Amino acid sequence: MHMADALISPAVGGAMWAATAGLTIYSAKKLKENVDEHIVPLMGVLGAFIFAAQMINFTIPATGSSGHLGGGMILAILLGPYAAFLVMASVLTIQALFFADGGLLALGCNIFNLGFFPCFIAYSFIYKKIVGEQPTRGRILLGAMVAAILGLQMGALGVVLETLFSGNSELPFSTFLLLMLPIHLGIGIIEGLVTAAVVTFVWKAHPEIVTLAPSSPAKAHSHKPLLIGLALFAVVAGGMLSWFASTHPDGLEWSIKGVSGKEELDAPQEGVHGAMAWIQEKLAFLPDYDFKKPEEAKEGMAGKEGEKASKGKEEESWPAVSAGKSLAGILGAALTLLMAGAIGFGLRRYYSHSKG
Amino acid sequence: MGHIESSLLNIGYLETLSYQQTPLHRLDPRVKLLTTLVFIVAVVSFGKYEITGLLPFIFYPVVLMAVGNLPPGYLAKKILLAAPFAFFIGIFNPLLDRAVLVHLGPIGISGGWVSFVSIMIRFTLTVSAALILIAGTGLNAVCLALEKMGAPRSFVTQLLFLYRYIFVLTDEALRLARARALRSFQGRGMGFKVFSSMIGQLLLRTLDRARRIHLAMLSRGFDGKIHLLRPLHLHGRDVAFFLGWSGLFVLMRWFNIPHLLGNTITELFR
Repeated sequence: MHMADALISPAVGGAMWAATAGLTIYSAKKLKENVDEHIVPLMGVLGAFIFAAQMINFTIPATGSSGHLGGGMILAILLGPYAAFLVMASVLTIQALFFADGGLLALGCNIFNLGFFPCFIAYSFIYKKIVGEQPTRGRILLGAMVAAILGLQMGALGVVLETLFSGNSELPFSTFLLLMLPIHLGIGIIEGLVTAAVVTFVWKAHPEIVTLAPSSPAKAHSHKPLLIGLALFAVVAGGMLSWFASTHPDGLEWSIKGVSGKEELDAPQEGVHGAMAWIQEKLAFLPDYDFKKPEEAKEGMAGKEGEKASKGKEEESWPAVSAGKSLAGILGAALTLLMAGAIGFGLRRYYSHSKG
Repeated sequence: MGHIESSLLNIGYLETLSYQQTPLHRLDPRVKLLTTLVFIVAVVSFGKYEITGLLPFIFYPVVLMAVGNLPPGYLAKKILLAAPFAFFIGIFNPLLDRAVLVHLGPIGISGGWVSFVSIMIRFTLTVSAALILIAGTGLNAVCLALEKMGAPRSFVTQLLFLYRYIFVLTDEALRLARARALRSFQGRGMGFKVFSSMIGQLLLRTLDRARRIHLAMLSRGFDGKIHLLRPLHLHGRDVAFFLGWSGLFVLMRWFNIPHLLGNTITELFR
């Protein structure tokens, strides 16, 4: 379920980072409003509990495989949505840093998929509605099941959409969806069962934990500002993403534009392209480097850098790559790797010598 | 159970690596965090059929591993362990995208394979950059950098707390699992009922512990903030590290260095 950096584009990663950062700041603010610093160590320890609990596996009957706790729902039930979202964000950050589960750029996506959906949507709009103020065993089971399943389905849908918008995977939308949703239906059922079982266990031992915690942080607040913010974000992100989908501009060009804050968003193709061609002309110490000239003379004139920059837009131009270019590419690649290895080895020798 | 112990050891080992004194570890954590982000953005911004252009980026992890005295074998193992997700999503590309993209003499290679290899290279690069960040900096310093760069305070506090108690609670879980294993003759499958009451038990212990921690903190004057006592100073070498690598990334992003290199060589031998 953790997205990897390799599968997402900077635009999607950046947009989801922005969304997650907004949610984190919002949750932190909400948390500060009802100041009860008892919750600070509780959050930390419960986050660690999720880790510890994930390390104990149980056997799923009749399948031979094993499952473990995911955690988003249980945190929301015990802590309320805001604190639970922060805990989930921290758990995913640690997983990204220490276990390489999902990358740093994909962290925004992962926190959104696994934190936002269960904590803010599934918990607030499903679990709380079902369980209400007076929990019973049956209600807890039903609420946890439905909320866990739907929360995970939404998360899986998030993964599919983010992968799709990034365009690195060839999987068509429907196939990917049919792959992800059933798998996560199974995972959701297990998650719901575990959540319900653990919550019931705790509820029997210490009923005040389960009945008090949910109502305290999120009692009087409406979700209105959050929903408005999300709608705004959806519009902005949707606009941005569709712009990306339509023109396929180079990701880095886009981010550089973002940093320099220039306004002319329609001009860059020409500008960068032109600049590239110019640099290419200046640097072309080997103008006719190919064994056999490419069919399209234009392609050849724009040169290799130009081709790279334009590749995103016209992917048909790629098949023009010929054997000569491939050979040069492979040779260059091998040399690069060799050099990297040599430098690494040399540095290591150097530092171990200077130390000992 | 071996699983629990080994993952605990794993976190511990990364932590130990971050205690070293090398030029990499002495750099300002903010600079390392930013450089890692620039690196990742540069790597993922390539088009989906790019392979050669990505390769020069391997210099960054290789050089940092050497300078920071980080064990390449260990990091490689961690990368492999994390690979399945990217692998299973990527492996569909060769099945679905069969148009021949590159000719190597008589052999045609389909676009799907090219993009699959590209995904795996990106995966290796981005994951190794993240692991190097943590092994070369340590989580506490990363948190400090995050806070100085404007992350919400409660999030940073949460990260620090979480990290501190992972070790404690994993120990607790380990004790529970061991006690059960000893009483069940290493019973192979753990049923759902046992599992859920074990997790519930662990949760109750966790809540108890949280209460104890809170009291202990209150009696030591806790006011909702964790004070990180380590002043950060940007030195010339920090700025040089950031600008140097970022400049290099931009350069490598724009110029396909292996291509240029390969062309030079083929030209020489023609």
